[in-house]
Amino acid sequence: MDEALNFHYDVDGENFTSAGNASVQVKRKLRQLGFPPELIKRVSIAMYEGEINMVIHANGGKADVLVTPEVITIVLADEGPGIADVALAMREGYSTAPDNVRSLGFGAGMGLPNMKRYTDSMDIQTKVGVGTTITMTVRVS
Amino acid sequence: MKIAKVKELLEAELLCSGEDLENEVFSACGCDMMSDVLAYVKNQAVLLTGLVNPQVVKTAEMMDMRCIVFVRNKRPTPEMMELAEDSGIVMLATSFTLFEACGRLYINGLRGEAE
Repeated sequence: MDEALNFHYDVDGENFTSAGNASVQVKRKLRQLGFPPELIKRVSIAMYEGEINMVIHANGGKADVLVTPEVITIVLADEGPGIADVALAMREGYSTAPDNVRSLGFGAGMGLPNMKRYTDSMDIQTKVGVGTTITMTVRVS
Repeated sequence: MKIAKVKELLEAELLCSGEDLENEVFSACGCDMMSDVLAYVKNQAVLLTGLVNPQVVKTAEMMDMRCIVFVRNKRPTPEMMELAEDSGIVMLATSFTLFEACGRLYINGLRGEAE
């Protein structure tokens, strides 16, 4: 591929069942584009965690993935409650997810740390009462 | 261990076969917390779980897992079956508990860490 590709998804916040659909689609597209499996895994895990977070905490949002031969950029933007203490939210095991989310297998407080771990850079812009935008990049080589 | 052997050891029912049962898998994990699977699992090909919702299949797909075993006779929904077929993931159902199912695979050579 020579040109940059941009994929846009609206993440539905109403329905936990459909959470992760955008990440599944991105994973399949990256496979078709022939990226290495390890790179695809990192991008899709980071995006999936972010997508789940948007559904749990922010009633959904928008996901944009920019793919170039050098770098893959994931931008997740929501108009949710914002993150009051980013350092605390980044701590492994810290979670504000409700109990019903834990019964669905999530809310262990590993989402944000995991997103950072699987990407080369992660930037969090957030304002309480306004929303959160997370930008992650994964270098191709 | 071949996926067919996993099925045999767990006396499991084959629910959908997105992948050849003769293919080899080398490691497994047993977990109901998908958050932990996403955070701690490395290259495990088989997921044994008692959790039933579409996020189980999506988590397995994100982690490049090849086989999901539902324990305690739990059954996936039609939506999960469709998702697994599209993703090329084998799904099995066993009547054993998570502990018993993991133990049976372990004593027959399947390990927690990939080679």
